[in-house]
Amino acid sequence: MKVVIMGCGRVGSHLASLLDADGHDVTILDINDYSFRRLAPTFKGTALLGNGTEEDSLKRAGIEKADAFVAVTQGDNRNAMAAQICKYNFNVPRVICRFYDPLRQELYNNLGLEAFSPTTIIAQILREKLES
Amino acid sequence: MYIIIIGGGQVGYYLAKALLEEGHEVLVLEKDSLRTEFINNELGSICVRGDGCEAATLAEVGTERAQMLIAVTAHDEDNLVSCQVAKYKFNVPQTIARLSNPNNETIFKKLGIDVTVSSTNIILEYIKQEVPTHALTHLLTIREKGMEIVDVKIPADSSTVGKTVKELSLPPETILSLIISKERKPRVPTASTVIRAEDQIIAATPAESEDALRAALRGA
Repeated sequence: MKVVIMGCGRVGSHLASLLDADGHDVTILDINDYSFRRLAPTFKGTALLGNGTEEDSLKRAGIEKADAFVAVTQGDNRNAMAAQICKYNFNVPRVICRFYDPLRQELYNNLGLEAFSPTTIIAQILREKLES
Repeated sequence: MYIIIIGGGQVGYYLAKALLEEGHEVLVLEKDSLRTEFINNELGSICVRGDGCEAATLAEVGTERAQMLIAVTAHDEDNLVSCQVAKYKFNVPQTIARLSNPNNETIFKKLGIDVTVSSTNIILEYIKQEVPTHALTHLLTIREKGMEIVDVKIPADSSTVGKTVKELSLPPETILSLIISKERKPRVPTASTVIRAEDQIIAATPAESEDALRAALRGA
């Protein structure tokens, strides 16, 4: 499948490299080209300098033909905006969005986004570890 | 009316000041502590330091009883999220977002933001009206009918100067409704009205015929 990832941080770059190794067509967007150093040397996908909250950048990343979009920048609001543009303007079939803030994650889940929060997930894992 | 303003920058500050003068109850949420202190010193204790996208902060300032939330930070994505949290979590009836990127207008509307204000667009519209290179100005769009009401200026050297209206090859379904002369005399054009230099013409035309109308009137 064709996947567009916004944000080439630790998570974005790792996910891009994994999906690429699995044979998917991956395009990763970041506003800073220095972030692309994190991609695996074997990465065969496209690394594109651009802002995922702007429709033009998304189009350049091939969003109109994408099967999935993943928003994993450091900013919850940027993720929310880009994910909604992809879902409602470009009708991308699968849109996943990260929120550090659990309350925002809950709200956007209710609004129909596939949202997840590493904050709650990791806190839960740590609790289980400590209490087991 | 209780109005919450997100962002205490220049826009937020002057907006708060004006709304207070009109007698509204105003609260400003601002992230920066120095800015918060400045606003509180200038306008009285109306500014709270906090993130206007966080539901907890919005709950603290009583957003559920606000009739309006206006997000005027410099970042479109922050303004979007503030408005969406206000609207969908606190049922604020009116949300207004400031936009930097005018292209975001459509998606913001689609996502439920009631009003968007883009200074970029406002300035562009102004330039279109003032600068002669933009010969055709949109005055009004009648969306359901796909019609545009436009304003066309006739340059002095246009090949249509001296022609009558019936001699112009106007696109179909286009009506010239008003001609205002250089001397500020308005007249309702008929088939025999003569086009003069520096006339300003108000016309109704289908959206897709705009270019043809401009060509017909300006002799391009």
